Amino acid sequence: MDLVSNLALGFSTALSPENLAFCLIGVLLGTLIGVLPGIGATATIAMLLPITFKLEPVSSLIMLAGIYYGAQYGGSTTAILINMPGESSSAVTAIDGYQMARKGRAGAALSIAALGSFFAGTVSTFLVAIFAIPLTAIALEFGAAEYFSLMVVGLVSSIALAHGSIVKALAMVALGLLLGLVGTDIYTGTPRFTLGIREYADGLNFVAVAVGVFGIAEILRNLEGEKTRSLLMAKVSGLWPTKDDFRRMMGPVLRGTAIGSALGILPGGGAILAAFASYTVEKRVSDNPREFGQGAVAGVAGPESANNAGAQTSFIPLLTLGIPANPVMALMVGAMIIQGIVPGPNVATEQPTLFWGIIASMWIGNLMLVVLNLPLIGLWVKLLTVPYYVLFPIIMAFCSIGVYSVNSNVYDLYAVALFGLGGYLLVKLRCEPAPLLLGFVLGPLLEENLRRAMILSRGDPSTFITRPISAFLLALALAVLIIVFLPSVKKKREEVFQEED
Amino acid sequence: MKQLQFDSTNAICGLTFIGLGGFFIYQCLDLDLGTAFRMGPGYFPLILAAILTLLGVVVLVQATRVQGEPMGPLALRGMLFILPAPVFFGLTVRGLGFVPSLFFAALIAAFASSRMKPFLAVLLAGAITLFSVLVFSYALGLPFERFGPWTRL
Repeated sequence: MDLVSNLALGFSTALSPENLAFCLIGVLLGTLIGVLPGIGATATIAMLLPITFKLEPVSSLIMLAGIYYGAQYGGSTTAILINMPGESSSAVTAIDGYQMARKGRAGAALSIAALGSFFAGTVSTFLVAIFAIPLTAIALEFGAAEYFSLMVVGLVSSIALAHGSIVKALAMVALGLLLGLVGTDIYTGTPRFTLGIREYADGLNFVAVAVGVFGIAEILRNLEGEKTRSLLMAKVSGLWPTKDDFRRMMGPVLRGTAIGSALGILPGGGAILAAFASYTVEKRVSDNPREFGQGAVAGVAGPESANNAGAQTSFIPLLTLGIPANPVMALMVGAMIIQGIVPGPNVATEQPTLFWGIIASMWIGNLMLVVLNLPLIGLWVKLLTVPYYVLFPIIMAFCSIGVYSVNSNVYDLYAVALFGLGGYLLVKLRCEPAPLLLGFVLGPLLEENLRRAMILSRGDPSTFITRPISAFLLALALAVLIIVFLPSVKKKREEVFQEED
Repeated sequence: MKQLQFDSTNAICGLTFIGLGGFFIYQCLDLDLGTAFRMGPGYFPLILAAILTLLGVVVLVQATRVQGEPMGPLALRGMLFILPAPVFFGLTVRGLGFVPSLFFAALIAAFASSRMKPFLAVLLAGAITLFSVLVFSYALGLPFERFGPWTRL
């Protein structure tokens, strides 16, 4: 069977000593960053991009992927131990996980989270492997109009997942798209919005924008009110869950995996939504819903499985269509381009070792997380005691090196400061940065495909609704938009995000 | 008589969007718009900028209706020390070279926290520089000049 031979190829790539080592480094770095509050996976990957320049493309992408799900994992550790989610997708875990920890069951909560994540990771890795090839075949049928419509779906769903005002999220997308267009126009060579600065002729550097908007803005926000973190416990004992725990986590893990896998594929960042959806579902199907918020096993197992499954399947749009589902995937696109790979449906056929190697490494990475992290929890807990004022100069130094090393362009460093300031002010104005960054990445692609589609249709905009796949995608985008504006959904959505705060 | 109430955060936000939209529209005026068939470089950005401006107006109108929480304090000290750090690094990395430039950039950033003591800051900046030089310059071989022309007299 094709799938088996493909997976065999993938595992033989991912299991080479070199790639195993990079996977391990990635997973450890990711966990480290996930545990340390104040810096997310996006800024980390941006910061660590220079490390991967000298590596083989496969190794570098394996390592970056490891950082990504390592960070998800580390985020849940802090969510459980100190009620402070290191990553936004583990915010839900904090609700019941922290309560479990307060009852002296921190070890069990951590294990449940780890085992649930591992199961979800295994299933969703297989899903990626199974669906990648058929989806690639569909993607090869895509013309300019379909690509345009698909990106519209992605942008619209990123709005649905953003906190707060939908109008503001829409505005952030528009602003992001505009910023993405800075640079030289591909058709005519006209410089646009560069303010006459020649160094911006190639466009604003994506890494600089990401580091500024996510990394620096986050540091500034943390500096607003400096608090000392209180640690619940220095020692975590009794790691293994009881038989009863196992019985109670089975259902939530299975449901969480299904929900996460489905939502993760959606362009727009499904992992966070998946965790919330899973929590809501578990609360509804539970025999005693009052247990939730008091340390329910299902409240940890479900969302943790869901966010890990979502993190995994969000690779599907990237690997098959070359369209990033979330800011982290956007950075992966950047990393691929730096390595000379054009992301898209051709990757699977032209670079099978890369394609299947990444998929296989996802599973290996998940296994490493379970095996390594449970014994290492003591170390992560110690790290939490490092004060923040020691951390952020380190982060700033690495950010500067990381951004500069991409193109050796000092103007990128000025852009970091500018976007750090801008990103911070936008956060203060209660605007979400994620839609902006997605818009920034998709801006040039969106424009290129729009213009190409219009040329192909000789200026007839009906091409977007007469081509069936394109029409379907646009209808989907419209449906999402209508749903988020419905008064009942709007209210529910506000409640969900309220819970997170 | 009812006094007109503003949610200041949303009012500023709306005005910011309008301002940014206006800026991009102004910039688009110099660009060739083209036609829907053959779009020029200004066509798509102009649409986007118009949408941004329009959304800014919507946010501004909403500001008069709904009251939100106030914006809260700005991290002024943070902005004063964090933002210049990468700029300083950018200005000096070619002249001073990687080692001194990074040391001072880290030192500047360190003072963003009111808890940082000068001695600890110097120590921390030194440690960061040492680590970065070993990892990025020696181990990874990134093409940075360790000491630039300004340090050679």
